Amino acid sequence: MNPVRQAVVWLNDPLNWTNPGGVLDRLGEHLTMSAAAVLLGCLVAWPFGLWLGHTGRGGGPILLISNITLSIPTLALLTILPLTFLGFGRPAVVVALAVFAVPPLLANAYTGVRQADPEARDAARGMGLSGGQVLRRVELPLAVPYLAAGFRTAAVQVVATAALASFVNGGGLGQIIRAGFGLDIAAGGGQIIAGGVLVAGLALLVEGALALVERAVTPRPLRRDRRVAIRRAVDATAGS
Amino acid sequence: MSLPLSYRAEAGNPWFSWQYVRDNSDTILAALREHVSLTGWAVLIAALVALPLAVAAYWYRALAAPIIGLTGVLYTVPSLALFAFLAPYLGIGAVTVLTVVVLYALLVIVRNAVAGLHQVPPEVRDAAEGMGYGRWARLFRVDLPLALPGILTGVRLATVSTVALVTVGVVLGRGGLGQLIFAGFQNNFYRAQIMTGTLLCVLLALVLDLLLAGVGRLLTPWLRGRA
Repeated sequence: MNPVRQAVVWLNDPLNWTNPGGVLDRLGEHLTMSAAAVLLGCLVAWPFGLWLGHTGRGGGPILLISNITLSIPTLALLTILPLTFLGFGRPAVVVALAVFAVPPLLANAYTGVRQADPEARDAARGMGLSGGQVLRRVELPLAVPYLAAGFRTAAVQVVATAALASFVNGGGLGQIIRAGFGLDIAAGGGQIIAGGVLVAGLALLVEGALALVERAVTPRPLRRDRRVAIRRAVDATAGS
Repeated sequence: MSLPLSYRAEAGNPWFSWQYVRDNSDTILAALREHVSLTGWAVLIAALVALPLAVAAYWYRALAAPIIGLTGVLYTVPSLALFAFLAPYLGIGAVTVLTVVVLYALLVIVRNAVAGLHQVPPEVRDAAEGMGYGRWARLFRVDLPLALPGILTGVRLATVSTVALVTVGVVLGRGGLGQLIFAGFQNNFYRAQIMTGTLLCVLLALVLDLLLAGVGRLLTPWLRGRA
Protein backbone atom coordinates (compact mmCIF):
# COMPACT_ATOMS: atom_id res chain seq x y z
CA MET A 1 0.00 0.00 0.00
CA ASN A 2 1.49 3.35 -0.91
CA PRO A 3 2.24 5.90 1.83
CA VAL A 4 -0.49 8.37 0.82
CA ARG A 5 -3.19 5.67 0.99
CA GLN A 6 -1.76 4.66 4.36
CA ALA A 7 -1.97 8.27 5.51
CA VAL A 8 -5.63 8.48 4.48
CA VAL A 9 -6.34 5.28 6.39
CA TRP A 10 -4.50 6.63 9.44
CA LEU A 11 -6.43 9.90 9.39
CA ASN A 12 -9.71 8.03 8.99
CA ASP A 13 -9.22 5.98 12.13
CA PRO A 14 -11.20 7.76 14.87
CA LEU A 15 -9.03 6.22 17.58
CA ASN A 16 -5.99 8.03 16.18
CA TRP A 17 -7.85 11.25 16.95
CA THR A 18 -9.40 10.54 20.32
CA ASN A 19 -6.81 8.28 22.00
CA PRO A 20 -4.65 9.78 24.74
CA GLY A 21 -1.79 11.37 22.78
CA GLY A 22 -3.98 11.32 19.69
CA VAL A 23 -4.50 14.16 17.22
CA LEU A 24 -6.91 16.13 19.43
CA ASP A 25 -4.57 16.03 22.45
CA ARG A 26 -1.61 17.01 20.32
CA LEU A 27 -3.54 19.80 18.62
CA GLY A 28 -4.49 21.21 22.01
CA GLU A 29 -0.86 21.11 23.18
CA HIS A 30 0.30 22.66 19.93
CA LEU A 31 -2.16 25.55 20.14
CA THR A 32 -1.66 26.29 23.85
CA MET A 33 2.11 26.39 23.65
CA SER A 34 2.02 28.46 20.44
CA ALA A 35 -0.43 30.92 21.97
CA ALA A 36 1.64 31.24 25.13
CA ALA A 37 4.81 31.79 23.09
CA VAL A 38 3.25 34.47 20.87
CA LEU A 39 1.76 36.21 23.90
CA LEU A 40 5.11 36.20 25.67
CA GLY A 41 6.78 37.49 22.49
CA CYS A 42 4.23 40.33 22.23
CA LEU A 43 4.67 41.31 25.87
CA VAL A 44 8.43 41.65 25.37
CA ALA A 45 8.69 42.89 21.79
CA TRP A 46 5.83 45.37 21.42
CA PRO A 47 6.63 47.78 24.28
CA PHE A 48 10.31 47.65 23.39
CA GLY A 49 9.68 48.13 19.65
CA LEU A 50 7.19 50.96 20.18
CA TRP A 51 9.60 52.71 22.51
CA LEU A 52 12.50 52.31 20.08
CA GLY A 53 10.32 53.67 17.30
CA HIS A 54 9.11 56.58 19.42
CA THR A 55 12.61 57.64 20.38
CA GLY A 56 13.90 57.02 16.85
CA ARG A 57 16.74 54.85 18.01
CA GLY A 58 16.77 51.18 17.28
CA GLY A 59 17.61 50.35 13.66
CA GLY A 60 20.88 48.84 14.86
CA PRO A 61 19.70 46.70 17.79
CA ILE A 62 16.72 45.36 15.84
CA LEU A 63 18.88 44.24 12.94
CA LEU A 64 21.33 42.67 15.38
CA ILE A 65 18.61 40.77 17.24
CA SER A 66 17.00 39.43 14.08
CA ASN A 67 20.36 38.38 12.61
CA ILE A 68 21.36 36.54 15.76
CA THR A 69 18.07 34.67 16.11
CA LEU A 70 18.18 33.75 12.43
CA SER A 71 21.47 31.94 12.92
CA ILE A 72 20.60 30.10 16.16
CA PRO A 73 19.14 26.70 15.32
CA THR A 74 15.73 26.05 16.89
CA LEU A 75 17.00 22.66 18.00
CA ALA A 76 19.79 24.34 19.98
CA LEU A 77 17.44 26.61 21.94
CA LEU A 78 15.02 23.75 22.56
CA THR A 79 17.78 21.60 24.03
CA ILE A 80 19.68 24.35 25.89
CA LEU A 81 16.81 26.10 27.68
CA PRO A 82 15.61 23.03 29.65
CA LEU A 83 19.12 22.79 31.12
CA THR A 84 18.97 26.31 32.54
CA PHE A 85 16.93 27.50 35.51
CA LEU A 86 13.76 27.07 33.43
CA GLY A 87 13.89 23.34 33.90
CA PHE A 88 12.31 20.66 31.76
CA GLY A 89 8.79 20.95 30.48
CA ARG A 90 6.45 23.45 28.91
CA PRO A 91 7.98 26.77 30.13
CA ALA A 92 11.32 26.06 28.44
CA VAL A 93 9.62 25.17 25.15
CA VAL A 94 7.42 28.28 25.28
CA VAL A 95 10.41 30.55 25.91
CA ALA A 96 12.35 28.93 23.07
CA LEU A 97 9.45 29.51 20.68
CA ALA A 98 8.94 33.07 21.93
CA VAL A 99 12.54 33.91 21.07
CA PHE A 100 11.73 33.26 17.41
CA ALA A 101 8.56 35.34 17.59
CA VAL A 102 10.40 38.45 18.80
CA PRO A 103 12.18 39.69 15.62
CA PRO A 104 9.11 40.14 13.38
CA LEU A 105 7.09 41.64 16.25
CA LEU A 106 9.88 44.01 17.15
CA ALA A 107 10.69 45.12 13.61
CA ASN A 108 7.06 45.75 12.71
CA ALA A 109 6.34 47.69 15.92
CA TYR A 110 9.38 49.84 15.20
CA THR A 111 8.50 50.40 11.53
CA GLY A 112 4.87 51.06 12.45
CA VAL A 113 5.78 53.95 14.72
CA ARG A 114 8.47 55.30 12.41
CA GLN A 115 6.15 55.46 9.40
CA ALA A 116 3.60 57.62 11.24
CA ASP A 117 3.19 60.89 9.36
CA PRO A 118 5.70 63.36 10.86
CA GLU A 119 3.17 66.17 10.33
CA ALA A 120 0.61 64.34 12.46
CA ARG A 121 3.27 63.95 15.13
CA ASP A 122 4.20 67.64 14.95
CA ALA A 123 0.55 68.65 15.10
CA ALA A 124 0.04 66.51 18.19
CA ARG A 125 3.05 68.09 19.85
CA GLY A 126 1.82 71.53 18.86
CA MET A 127 -1.47 70.75 20.58
CA GLY A 128 0.52 70.22 23.74
CA LEU A 129 0.54 66.43 23.95
CA SER A 130 3.41 64.97 25.92
CA GLY A 131 5.74 62.33 24.46
CA GLY A 132 3.78 59.50 26.05
CA GLN A 133 0.50 60.93 24.81
CA VAL A 134 1.83 61.26 21.26
CA LEU A 135 2.83 57.63 21.38
CA ARG A 136 -0.48 56.47 22.83
CA ARG A 137 -2.93 58.63 20.88
CA VAL A 138 -1.20 59.23 17.55
CA GLU A 139 1.61 56.83 16.80
CA LEU A 140 0.07 53.68 18.29
CA PRO A 141 -3.22 53.86 16.34
CA LEU A 142 -1.32 54.55 13.12
CA ALA A 143 0.95 51.56 13.82
CA VAL A 144 -1.88 49.06 14.29
CA PRO A 145 -1.73 47.63 10.74
CA TYR A 146 1.99 47.01 11.17
CA LEU A 147 1.50 45.42 14.57
CA ALA A 148 -1.07 43.11 12.99
CA ALA A 149 1.29 42.18 10.16
CA GLY A 150 4.06 41.41 12.63
CA PHE A 151 1.70 39.39 14.76
CA ARG A 152 0.70 37.29 11.77
CA THR A 153 4.29 36.60 10.71
CA ALA A 154 5.29 35.74 14.27
CA ALA A 155 2.28 33.52 14.95
CA VAL A 156 2.73 31.52 11.74
CA GLN A 157 6.40 31.08 12.49
CA VAL A 158 5.72 29.92 16.04
CA VAL A 159 3.04 27.44 14.95
CA ALA A 160 5.48 26.05 12.37
CA THR A 161 8.39 25.91 14.81
CA ALA A 162 6.29 24.33 17.55
CA ALA A 163 6.40 21.11 15.50
CA LEU A 164 10.05 20.83 16.50
CA ALA A 165 9.17 20.76 20.20
CA SER A 166 8.68 17.04 19.63
CA PHE A 167 12.48 16.64 19.53
CA VAL A 168 12.57 17.29 23.26
CA ASN A 169 9.26 15.52 23.91
CA GLY A 170 7.58 18.89 24.28
CA GLY A 171 4.31 17.65 22.79
CA GLY A 172 2.41 19.16 19.89
CA LEU A 173 1.52 17.78 16.48
CA GLY A 174 5.19 17.18 15.63
CA GLN A 175 5.04 14.30 18.09
CA ILE A 176 2.91 12.34 15.60
CA ILE A 177 5.58 12.69 12.90
CA ARG A 178 8.35 11.78 15.33
CA ALA A 179 6.47 8.69 16.46
CA GLY A 180 6.05 7.70 12.82
CA PHE A 181 9.79 8.02 12.22
CA GLY A 182 10.28 5.90 15.36
CA LEU A 183 8.50 3.07 13.56
CA ASP A 184 10.01 1.60 10.44
CA ILE A 185 9.44 3.79 7.38
CA ALA A 186 7.36 1.07 5.72
CA ALA A 187 5.10 0.80 8.76
CA GLY A 188 5.15 4.45 9.80
CA GLY A 189 5.09 6.11 6.38
CA GLY A 190 1.35 6.72 6.55
CA GLN A 191 1.50 8.20 10.01
CA ILE A 192 4.47 10.39 9.03
CA ILE A 193 2.61 11.86 6.07
CA ALA A 194 -0.61 12.21 8.09
CA GLY A 195 1.32 14.16 10.74
CA GLY A 196 2.88 16.30 8.03
CA VAL A 197 -0.55 17.10 6.61
CA LEU A 198 -1.82 18.12 10.06
CA VAL A 199 1.20 20.30 10.85
CA ALA A 200 1.22 21.99 7.43
CA GLY A 201 -2.57 22.37 7.42
CA LEU A 202 -2.54 24.07 10.80
CA ALA A 203 0.18 26.51 9.71
CA LEU A 204 -1.68 27.42 6.52
CA LEU A 205 -4.95 27.77 8.44
CA VAL A 206 -3.39 30.13 10.99
CA GLU A 207 -1.81 32.13 8.16
CA GLY A 208 -5.17 32.47 6.38
CA ALA A 209 -7.14 33.32 9.51
CA LEU A 210 -4.66 35.96 10.65
CA ALA A 211 -4.57 37.47 7.15
CA LEU A 212 -8.30 38.12 7.58
CA VAL A 213 -7.74 39.57 11.06
CA GLU A 214 -4.99 41.78 9.69
CA ARG A 215 -7.36 43.08 7.02
CA ALA A 216 -10.14 43.65 9.53
CA VAL A 217 -8.05 45.78 11.90
CA THR A 218 -6.61 47.89 9.09
CA PRO A 219 -8.69 51.03 8.48
CA ARG A 220 -10.08 50.98 4.95
CA PRO A 221 -8.16 53.98 3.54
CA LEU A 222 -4.87 52.43 4.60
CA ARG A 223 -5.51 49.06 2.98
CA ARG A 224 -4.21 49.33 -0.52
CA ASP A 225 -0.96 51.26 -0.65
CA ARG A 226 -0.03 49.96 2.75
CA ARG A 227 0.28 46.43 1.43
CA VAL A 228 3.52 47.04 -0.44
CA ALA A 229 5.14 48.78 2.48
CA ILE A 230 4.20 46.02 4.90
CA ARG A 231 5.33 43.29 2.56
CA ARG A 232 8.67 45.03 2.52
CA ALA A 233 8.86 45.35 6.28
CA VAL A 234 7.87 41.73 6.79
CA ASP A 235 10.22 40.48 4.10
CA ALA A 236 13.11 42.37 5.60
CA THR A 237 12.65 40.55 8.89
CA ALA A 238 11.49 37.13 7.79
CA GLY A 239 14.18 37.01 5.14
CA SER A 240 11.75 35.75 2.59
CA MET B 1 28.78 8.49 20.69
CA SER B 2 29.31 7.37 24.24
CA LEU B 3 30.91 9.58 26.81
CA PRO B 4 32.94 8.31 29.75
CA LEU B 5 31.23 9.09 33.01
CA SER B 6 34.42 10.50 34.46
CA TYR B 7 33.92 13.85 32.65
CA ARG B 8 30.77 14.62 34.50
CA ALA B 9 32.19 13.30 37.74
CA GLU B 10 35.22 15.57 37.41
CA ALA B 11 33.64 18.82 36.42
CA GLY B 12 29.92 18.46 36.97
CA ASN B 13 28.12 19.32 33.79
CA PRO B 14 29.94 22.38 32.43
CA TRP B 15 28.58 24.50 29.59
CA PHE B 16 31.83 24.18 27.76
CA SER B 17 34.80 21.89 28.03
CA TRP B 18 38.02 21.86 26.00
CA GLN B 19 38.54 18.37 27.29
CA TYR B 20 35.38 17.30 25.46
CA VAL B 21 36.41 19.11 22.28
CA ARG B 22 39.88 17.51 22.35
CA ASP B 23 38.67 14.00 23.06
CA ASN B 24 35.91 14.09 20.45
CA SER B 25 37.56 16.15 17.74
CA ASP B 26 36.94 13.41 15.14
CA THR B 27 33.21 13.29 15.76
CA ILE B 28 32.95 17.07 15.88
CA LEU B 29 34.89 17.51 12.64
CA ALA B 30 32.81 14.85 10.89
CA ALA B 31 29.60 16.60 11.96
CA LEU B 32 30.99 19.97 10.88
CA ARG B 33 32.07 18.55 7.53
CA GLU B 34 28.61 17.09 6.92
CA HIS B 35 27.02 20.39 7.90
CA VAL B 36 29.25 22.43 5.59
CA SER B 37 28.78 20.13 2.62
CA LEU B 38 24.98 20.00 3.04
CA THR B 39 24.84 23.80 3.32
CA GLY B 40 27.19 24.37 0.41
CA TRP B 41 25.40 22.03 -1.97
CA ALA B 42 22.00 23.31 -0.89
CA VAL B 43 22.81 26.96 -1.54
CA LEU B 44 24.57 26.16 -4.82
CA ILE B 45 21.71 24.06 -6.19
CA ALA B 46 19.12 26.53 -4.90
CA ALA B 47 20.87 29.48 -6.55
CA LEU B 48 21.19 27.62 -9.88
CA VAL B 49 17.46 26.82 -9.89
CA ALA B 50 16.29 30.11 -8.38
CA LEU B 51 17.91 32.49 -10.88
CA PRO B 52 16.15 31.16 -14.01
CA LEU B 53 12.88 31.12 -12.05
CA ALA B 54 13.38 34.73 -10.97
CA VAL B 55 14.21 35.79 -14.53
CA ALA B 56 11.09 33.98 -15.79
CA ALA B 57 8.97 35.81 -13.21
CA TYR B 58 10.61 39.08 -14.29
CA TRP B 59 10.12 38.57 -18.01
CA TYR B 60 6.64 37.11 -18.00
CA ARG B 61 4.22 38.96 -15.73
CA ALA B 62 1.79 36.06 -15.92
CA LEU B 63 4.35 33.81 -14.22
CA ALA B 64 5.27 36.26 -11.46
CA ALA B 65 2.12 35.85 -9.36
CA PRO B 66 2.12 32.01 -9.33
CA ILE B 67 5.86 31.81 -8.62
CA ILE B 68 5.76 34.31 -5.76
CA GLY B 69 2.47 32.89 -4.44
CA LEU B 70 3.74 29.32 -4.47
CA THR B 71 6.98 30.24 -2.72
CA GLY B 72 4.92 32.05 -0.08
CA VAL B 73 2.75 28.99 0.58
CA LEU B 74 5.78 26.69 0.67
CA TYR B 75 7.50 29.03 3.10
CA THR B 76 4.56 28.67 5.48
CA VAL B 77 4.82 24.86 5.48
CA PRO B 78 6.88 23.83 8.52
CA SER B 79 10.19 22.10 7.81
CA LEU B 80 9.24 19.01 9.79
CA ALA B 81 6.12 18.58 7.63
CA LEU B 82 8.24 18.83 4.49
CA PHE B 83 10.53 16.13 5.88
CA ALA B 84 7.43 14.06 6.56
CA PHE B 85 6.15 14.44 2.99
CA LEU B 86 9.45 13.57 1.33
CA ALA B 87 10.96 10.90 3.59
CA PRO B 88 8.60 8.05 2.60
CA TYR B 89 9.57 8.61 -1.04
CA LEU B 90 13.20 9.73 -0.92
CA GLY B 91 14.15 7.50 1.99
CA ILE B 92 15.91 8.15 5.28
CA GLY B 93 19.11 9.88 4.39
CA ALA B 94 21.08 12.84 3.16
CA VAL B 95 19.14 13.16 -0.12
CA THR B 96 15.92 14.00 1.73
CA VAL B 97 17.64 16.51 4.02
CA LEU B 98 19.30 18.13 1.01
CA THR B 99 16.00 18.36 -0.89
CA VAL B 100 14.24 20.06 2.02
CA VAL B 101 16.95 22.64 2.65
CA VAL B 102 17.25 23.31 -1.11
CA LEU B 103 13.52 24.05 -1.26
CA TYR B 104 13.67 26.63 1.55
CA ALA B 105 16.86 28.25 0.24
CA LEU B 106 15.24 28.38 -3.19
CA LEU B 107 12.28 30.38 -1.88
CA VAL B 108 14.44 32.96 -0.18
CA ILE B 109 16.68 33.45 -3.22
CA VAL B 110 13.80 33.62 -5.74
CA ARG B 111 11.96 36.29 -3.73
CA ASN B 112 15.01 38.47 -3.24
CA ALA B 113 16.14 38.06 -6.86
CA VAL B 114 12.71 39.06 -8.17
CA ALA B 115 12.71 42.08 -5.87
CA GLY B 116 16.23 42.96 -7.05
CA LEU B 117 15.29 42.68 -10.74
CA HIS B 118 12.25 44.89 -10.24
CA GLN B 119 14.44 47.57 -8.70
CA VAL B 120 16.31 48.11 -11.97
CA PRO B 121 15.37 51.70 -12.90
CA PRO B 122 13.07 51.88 -15.94
CA GLU B 123 15.21 54.66 -17.49
CA VAL B 124 18.21 52.36 -17.47
CA ARG B 125 16.16 49.63 -19.12
CA ASP B 126 14.90 52.06 -21.76
CA ALA B 127 18.40 53.34 -22.39
CA ALA B 128 19.67 49.80 -22.88
CA GLU B 129 16.87 49.10 -25.31
CA GLY B 130 17.58 52.34 -27.15
CA MET B 131 21.22 51.31 -27.51
CA GLY B 132 20.03 48.21 -29.33
CA TYR B 133 20.45 45.61 -26.61
CA GLY B 134 18.40 42.47 -27.19
CA ARG B 135 16.61 40.68 -24.40
CA TRP B 136 19.50 38.40 -23.41
CA ALA B 137 22.20 41.03 -23.76
CA ARG B 138 20.18 43.37 -21.58
CA LEU B 139 19.70 40.62 -19.00
CA PHE B 140 23.39 39.81 -18.67
CA ARG B 141 24.83 43.29 -19.08
CA VAL B 142 22.22 45.48 -17.44
CA ASP B 143 19.51 43.73 -15.42
CA LEU B 144 21.49 41.05 -13.60
CA PRO B 145 24.44 43.28 -12.63
CA LEU B 146 22.06 45.90 -11.26
CA ALA B 147 20.02 43.26 -9.44
CA LEU B 148 23.16 41.70 -7.99
CA PRO B 149 22.88 43.35 -4.55
CA GLY B 150 19.35 41.96 -4.16
CA ILE B 151 20.39 38.52 -5.36
CA LEU B 152 23.36 38.48 -2.99
CA THR B 153 21.15 39.50 -0.07
CA GLY B 154 18.96 36.52 -0.92
CA VAL B 155 21.93 34.16 -1.10
CA ARG B 156 23.25 35.40 2.26
CA LEU B 157 19.88 35.06 3.99
CA ALA B 158 19.43 31.63 2.42
CA THR B 159 22.87 30.53 3.62
CA VAL B 160 22.37 31.67 7.20
CA SER B 161 18.93 30.09 7.47
CA THR B 162 20.14 26.89 5.78
CA VAL B 163 22.87 26.49 8.40
CA ALA B 164 20.16 26.61 11.08
CA LEU B 165 17.74 24.44 9.14
CA VAL B 166 20.17 21.57 8.47
CA THR B 167 20.02 20.72 12.19
CA VAL B 168 16.38 19.62 11.75
CA GLY B 169 17.85 16.79 9.67
CA VAL B 170 18.42 14.89 12.94
CA VAL B 171 14.94 13.50 12.38
CA LEU B 172 16.56 11.47 9.58
CA GLY B 173 19.88 11.01 11.33
CA ARG B 174 21.63 13.43 8.99
CA GLY B 175 21.60 16.76 10.77
CA GLY B 176 25.31 17.63 10.70
CA LEU B 177 26.02 19.62 13.86
CA GLY B 178 22.39 19.06 14.87
CA GLN B 179 23.41 15.44 15.38
CA LEU B 180 25.92 16.63 17.98
CA ILE B 181 23.35 18.83 19.74
CA PHE B 182 20.71 16.12 19.79
CA ALA B 183 23.10 13.39 20.93
CA GLY B 184 24.23 15.69 23.73
CA PHE B 185 20.64 16.11 24.83
CA GLN B 186 20.08 12.38 24.83
CA ASN B 187 23.40 11.55 26.55
CA ASN B 188 22.19 12.69 29.94
CA PHE B 189 21.89 16.32 28.81
CA TYR B 190 25.60 16.77 28.28
CA ARG B 191 25.87 20.56 28.14
CA ALA B 192 29.37 20.81 26.68
CA GLN B 193 28.37 18.75 23.66
CA ILE B 194 25.15 20.71 23.04
CA MET B 195 27.01 24.01 23.40
CA THR B 196 29.84 22.95 21.09
CA GLY B 197 27.35 22.05 18.38
CA THR B 198 25.42 25.30 18.85
CA LEU B 199 28.49 27.53 18.86
CA LEU B 200 29.84 25.86 15.74
CA CYS B 201 26.48 26.39 14.01
CA VAL B 202 26.38 30.09 14.84
CA LEU B 203 30.07 30.52 13.95
CA LEU B 204 29.58 28.70 10.66
CA ALA B 205 26.65 30.97 9.79
CA LEU B 206 28.72 34.05 10.68
CA VAL B 207 31.77 32.94 8.70
CA LEU B 208 29.76 32.01 5.60
CA ASP B 209 27.84 35.31 5.82
CA LEU B 210 31.04 37.35 6.02
CA LEU B 211 32.54 35.31 3.19
CA LEU B 212 29.56 36.01 0.95
CA ALA B 213 29.58 39.68 1.96
CA GLY B 214 33.23 39.77 0.82
CA VAL B 215 32.37 38.08 -2.47
CA GLY B 216 29.57 40.60 -2.92
CA ARG B 217 31.98 43.49 -2.45
CA LEU B 218 34.31 42.04 -5.06
CA LEU B 219 31.45 41.52 -7.53
CA THR B 220 29.98 45.01 -7.17
CA PRO B 221 32.95 47.39 -7.25
CA TRP B 222 30.68 50.25 -8.38
CA LEU B 223 28.87 50.26 -5.05
CA ARG B 224 32.02 50.77 -3.01
CA GLY B 225 32.50 54.17 -1.49
CA ARG B 226 28.77 54.72 -1.37
CA ALA B 227 27.18 54.26 1.99
